[in-house]
Amino acid sequence: MAETTTAAPVGERRTGRRVVRTLVVAYVGVLVVLPLGVLVWRTFKPGLGAFVTAVTDPLAVHAFRMTGEVALVSVALTTVFGTVAAFLITRSGLPGMRILDALLGLPVSVSPIVVGLALILVYGSTGWFGPALESLGLQVILSVPGMVLATMFVSMPLVTRAVAPVLVARGTDQEQAAESLGASAPVRFWRITLPGIRTALVTGVVLALARSIGEYGAVLVVSGNVQGQTETATLRVDTLYQTLLQPDAAYAVTFVLVAVAILTIVATSLLRRSQGGTR
Amino acid sequence: MSIQVRGLTKRFGSFVALDDVDLTVRSGTLTALLGPSGGGKTTLLRVVAGLEQADAGTVVIDDRDATRVPARRRDVGFVFQHYAPFGHLSVARNVAFGLEIRKRPKAEIAARVDELLHLVHLEAFADRLPSELSGGQRQRMALARALAVEPKVLLLDEPFGALDATVRKELRQWLRRLHDEVHVTTVFVTHDQAEALEVADEIVVVNGGRVEQVGTPDEIYDRPANEFVMRFLGPTTALGGGLVRPHDVEVLGSAEPGAVEAEVGSLRRVGFEARLVAHVPGSGDVDVLGSRSDPALRDLRPGDRVWLRAVGPVVDPSPPVPDAEGSEAAAPGEPVGVAASSRAPVRGGVPA
Repeated sequence: MAETTTAAPVGERRTGRRVVRTLVVAYVGVLVVLPLGVLVWRTFKPGLGAFVTAVTDPLAVHAFRMTGEVALVSVALTTVFGTVAAFLITRSGLPGMRILDALLGLPVSVSPIVVGLALILVYGSTGWFGPALESLGLQVILSVPGMVLATMFVSMPLVTRAVAPVLVARGTDQEQAAESLGASAPVRFWRITLPGIRTALVTGVVLALARSIGEYGAVLVVSGNVQGQTETATLRVDTLYQTLLQPDAAYAVTFVLVAVAILTIVATSLLRRSQGGTR
Repeated sequence: MSIQVRGLTKRFGSFVALDDVDLTVRSGTLTALLGPSGGGKTTLLRVVAGLEQADAGTVVIDDRDATRVPARRRDVGFVFQHYAPFGHLSVARNVAFGLEIRKRPKAEIAARVDELLHLVHLEAFADRLPSELSGGQRQRMALARALAVEPKVLLLDEPFGALDATVRKELRQWLRRLHDEVHVTTVFVTHDQAEALEVADEIVVVNGGRVEQVGTPDEIYDRPANEFVMRFLGPTTALGGGLVRPHDVEVLGSAEPGAVEAEVGSLRRVGFEARLVAHVPGSGDVDVLGSRSDPALRDLRPGDRVWLRAVGPVVDPSPPVPDAEGSEAAAPGEPVGVAASSRAPVRGGVPA
């Protein structure tokens, strides 16, 4: 912002900045660092042995595996569909793209419970497609496909919304230049477009992964939360804490989830730096 | 490698960007497509490149019909106004792109990239990213990139439009020298008449989707085909019912055949110019431009009686067009609507 002749003197500006910095640090401290610190302390308070027992409990292991499966499949599909959607919305010129854009943003704006319920209404045994699919042997609700769908719905906008603005900002000049130099469409996509959206895509995928690992509401409704079958790690934490009243075990599972999230963030930021992310 | 365009028409919705355009660009020449914004020159260039498809008409490049050939197989080099650099690739990789796609051997690519970076004086920047270059350097890189694959034709879309005035002037000269060295048939789009006059072998004046005139810079300037061309290429003033250049008006002390009587309104000396405004009774003001030391102008005072005579080409103003707004043709820079008079493009223009 341009400074006017009535700008605050240098000393005042420095104080202002210090105040803002303090506020931000306090915010991050109270909302992030403090809870994390308490979590770590509380997790290992009963001792390392108790932690290992809780984490290796067969139901917990199954829950981790569920989360892993659902998250990975959902992120893989979301990456593809989310990117395709971004291209469709920004470059296809087809009619109805603005509506598509709005619709894709819906799962982010509504409660995940609503997403889960909507899926049941469509794919459940009394829903629109449920009976037809079941007669083909495909069970969507109360099983992994439904959980993947639910997780995809809430995380796809994260990929699309990360990639689409970059596509708009870049325009198609570079692709046209590549075309004039003799590049076919696949070559243009692979050598010019993809490298151009790489950072945005990685951001979107990381967000989608975090969302998929942490999804609770939609998966709760769709999966039926059956222990040992359709219970994910997040659902497990809830069961342990609320139903089984085993707070120590709940903390242990939570710690693993948080550790995975932190590892993901660290891995991504390392990836970005190695690609010359600041350039 | 010549370019021939016949009957080219292109519409965007209801807007006619190109209206039955015919054009021939001779092999090895440096041609400017000159005209106001929105006049169709960029569209014409892009259709020749294959980046747009015309609704009707043909494009022939190097005696081969390229109308249905996709851009990537036309062997045409294109330089964009905003350079379109591949931001994730170094300067050398940018220049090498076309050759890498054609799967040339690495040694050949390296040699050619070297040669081109030398040509455009960017040898020291081979490993830099485009974001680390100035505008002028990026444009030179874009040129090297386009030339790397030895295109039949080089097309530039307002190549210096995004650069500041000094760099623009430098690169103009540089483009001319480059063309003298490399001899590729080159067509560039500009709205700057000084640029076209300075650099091009031949100028094509494009306005409202039509070609107004084709000729050398001298022909276009000294013998404009119509009022639009005259107005676009330089200053004009009305004298005796026609349009003439202010520096082509002779100021006489007494009546002579062909001279119009006028009264001196003001005389200003600006730098080395002397600018006279004289009023013709019953008509309007006439602008006269001379040099500061011109004896005919030196001693004039407001109110003096003078006689003005045109000693250069005079162009009749266009006849009023029924559906045009008012009876004047558009001033330079104003987009002209589709309803223009049916003037065929004239070669050479009005005889002097």
